[in-house]
Amino acid sequence: MKKAFPILGVLTALFLAYAFYQALWVAPTEQTMGNVQRIFYYHVPSAIIGFMLFFINFGASIFYLIKRNPAADMVALVTAEVGVVFLTVNLVTGPIWARPVWGIWWTWDMRLTSTLVLWLIYVSYLFLRRFSSSGETPLLAAALAVLGALCVPFVYFSIWFFRTQHPQPVMGGGGSIDPRMLHVLLINWLAFSCFAFLVCWARYRLEQLQREVDTAYAMESLRDPRRSA
Amino acid sequence: MSAPTGITRVTLLKDLRLEWRSKDAINSMLFFSLLVVVVFAFSFDPTAEESRQIAGGLVWVAFLFAAVVALNQTWAREIRNQVLDAYRVSPAPPNSLFIAKVLGNFIFVSVLEALMTPLFIMFYRLRALGPAWQLALVAALGTWALVVNGTFFAAMSLRTRSREIMLPLLLFPFSSPALIAMVQATTAILNGEGAHFWIVLLATYDLVFTTVCLLLFETVLNAE
Repeated sequence: MKKAFPILGVLTALFLAYAFYQALWVAPTEQTMGNVQRIFYYHVPSAIIGFMLFFINFGASIFYLIKRNPAADMVALVTAEVGVVFLTVNLVTGPIWARPVWGIWWTWDMRLTSTLVLWLIYVSYLFLRRFSSSGETPLLAAALAVLGALCVPFVYFSIWFFRTQHPQPVMGGGGSIDPRMLHVLLINWLAFSCFAFLVCWARYRLEQLQREVDTAYAMESLRDPRRSA
Repeated sequence: MSAPTGITRVTLLKDLRLEWRSKDAINSMLFFSLLVVVVFAFSFDPTAEESRQIAGGLVWVAFLFAAVVALNQTWAREIRNQVLDAYRVSPAPPNSLFIAKVLGNFIFVSVLEALMTPLFIMFYRLRALGPAWQLALVAALGTWALVVNGTFFAAMSLRTRSREIMLPLLLFPFSSPALIAMVQATTAILNGEGAHFWIVLLATYDLVFTTVCLLLFETVLNAE
């Protein structure tokens, strides 16, 4: 990690700068929305990456329940944390865009509500991990992650029929997109995926070290109870 | 006696007897939901038309918060005197215990609902425009969804700091699909619209979550 991480960090920073340039200068200005539309290049990638990370979290949790592998638990923890951050970016950029375009900050439409509920579910997952005082927190968290993933289709179906009388002015609902915009979107998505991977990696390493330190402390106090104070 | 159903029956009867003698859960639940009814009446003028629009949400908010009161003390009783530890080392199947607890909570919350419904009708001038028997079905399915999840999450939050706060933090987000279905179904029936979709959704939710909770309960019970 010592060698590869700084190199990858610099590469990712350059890639992000390039994506930023593409999003702000190269991508064509949207005809009706104007420059406000450019938030799209941050809003959509953060949502896709958030969902991808939650999907990894689900896989890692299942793996942990079967194999009880500590690495899988760390992957689950890390992806949930970083996923919540990316989904938060998505939920914050959405209203910033919606206010000038729709004239409202928020509407209880299908996608908005389901994303918000998903965010709530994973925040409560992190709460359990934070508050749990048992040595088997990973097991409880893995069980909870499975329930959380099961919620997703239900949330989606329930919201589908929820207030369908509302207009659904969410982008991409059958509308076509300029190929140049799609190109910039893909670049941004890739750049932020690299960034997400780096953050996950650093957080994973941090968690690994933290656990090593905790184990070392525990061993130390076993060997000599007086010194551990 | 050692059959799974026997253990379920004995545990359930024990819980019911304890509750019958102390009436702790039911009294606090009743008073709590009465407070919710009164507080909501301050916030809007409960005419028949207006009530019908928001009663679905209001009724379930009252029941949800009251259910948390009962759910929180589900396992607290078993922790005293290490009953739960004794259960863990015994060969009794964990799911028998889980089903007993779920049934117990289901009975408590159903009794609460039966007692509170006349009050809601009286205070908010409710009258269903749709078939009222469907309301009973929605109540049963919705209560089941709440108590299955709630009993499971209560077991999960046993070994957390600030246990009583943890339960609603877990229960509300994870039950939100069921909550949407309950509230929408109730409102639809009160307004004389069809609620079939919501009832089917709620039944599916119950089925899936009951199955998964039964599959995972042993893991959660033994996680110490």
